[in-house]
Amino acid sequence: MFKAHHLLGIKDLDTEDIEHIFKTADNFKEVINRPIKKVPSLRDVTIVNLFFENSTRTRISFELAEKRLSADVLNFSASSSSVSKGETLIDTVRNILAMKVDMVVLRHPMAGAGVFLSRHISARIINAGDGTHEHPTQALLDAFSIREKLGTLKKVKVAIVGDILHSRVALSNILLLQKMGAEVMVCGPSTLIPKFINKLGVKVEQNLKKALQWCDAANMLRIQLERQDIRYFPSLREYSMQYGLNREIMNSVNKEILIMHPGPINRGVEITSDVADSPHSIILDQVENGVAIRMAVLYLLAGKKATS
Amino acid sequence: MKSKLILDKEQFDLTVSRLCYQLIENHDGFDSTVLIGLQPRGIFLANRINVTLNKLTGNKDLKTGSLDITFFRDDFRSRENMPVASETRIDFELENRKVVLIDDVLFTGRTIRAGLDAMLSFGRPRKVELLVLIDRRFARQLPIEPDYSGRKIDTRASDRVVVKWQQTDGQDGVWLITGSGDTEKNNE
Repeated sequence: MFKAHHLLGIKDLDTEDIEHIFKTADNFKEVINRPIKKVPSLRDVTIVNLFFENSTRTRISFELAEKRLSADVLNFSASSSSVSKGETLIDTVRNILAMKVDMVVLRHPMAGAGVFLSRHISARIINAGDGTHEHPTQALLDAFSIREKLGTLKKVKVAIVGDILHSRVALSNILLLQKMGAEVMVCGPSTLIPKFINKLGVKVEQNLKKALQWCDAANMLRIQLERQDIRYFPSLREYSMQYGLNREIMNSVNKEILIMHPGPINRGVEITSDVADSPHSIILDQVENGVAIRMAVLYLLAGKKATS
Repeated sequence: MKSKLILDKEQFDLTVSRLCYQLIENHDGFDSTVLIGLQPRGIFLANRINVTLNKLTGNKDLKTGSLDITFFRDDFRSRENMPVASETRIDFELENRKVVLIDDVLFTGRTIRAGLDAMLSFGRPRKVELLVLIDRRFARQLPIEPDYSGRKIDTRASDRVVVKWQQTDGQDGVWLITGSGDTEKNNE
């Protein structure tokens, strides 16, 4: 039984909820491979995609998931809205909800924006990324993709490589993978690894080759230059030499590793083209699974009777 | 709560064979016919019919699929408990085929309505027929009637019909349970 009323972060989910989402996503993955890829489940549900931050993949993925479920979809981006005229988040959302909207998909640059909003409105909220805090649907689709390829998450070793400090993907992934019994290692320059991350029970490694030798799956994160107000490493070139995944280092490790990336890829920085496009890479599977996972989350949340 | 046997093992076998002979009569050689069982309980009948037809006709190529209707239900968002979806497996084209939709019990007709919608996602069949083991007549909420039915029975809305299968429940048979009072479950 799916218990959550919102999806604000992985930390609110238990293993039963996560398994339920995965199982429902399995069904939706079959649905999106049918000749007619649409089901009428959310026919009477209106969903607004509130994006206060740029996004291509996540927004399209959510929009597609909503449309595949026959929901009515509104798209909102902060740059072309009254937010630039000084309207607050609550006012913006209340105005939209006054037009009878049932669910909100929220991306916001501030950590905790979803939690804050959930205290003020009754619509269901799905966090599509809040600052450097959480990005639950990304973590779900990453774990779902590993589970699909390896059959399980139990005892699977996952290395998350790159900019851990600014990454909401990293935090959500760590929480989710640990709940599902996987082992997690973070790898990156010490300046990009949060100080007390070992409190989360993850291994910390500064050497990429050692991390690759340890792991079954490597999730390569993008360097988030837009979130860096100071320099955390001397140059992109130097970062790429130390932490970039290339054919040479893959060959030297000499074992099968799933290569993942939440996108967008900076080719030649954290990953070279030949690795990103290699058979080990499941980057495009992640994108496909993203739609199925988001359909599952939307479906399970919309199915609950409104509380207020 | 009382339970009454409607079909015992022998009657059960006879009924399934009769349904198969009726199909043979109407589906010339089964060249363009496919069977689709509705999840979760219709797939057992679909498989049983497939096996029996194989024995009777020697045709080993008859295709059988399973169809889940969860995402096509009309009571989504009005139920307390969300139904859990089952697997859909249709590894063949439906375009221009004759489809026999198969379910164990026909009651309000709402499952079949959802099944028809779900099936159309896979193409446009030439003809669709409905086969059920038990038809709870006078209970329909939609204009849907079976083309083939094993046994027609009269029931009250609060009754429940339980179909058991050798492979999952240890025995073949159909029971009518009266006075359970659990209406939501009865309307499955």
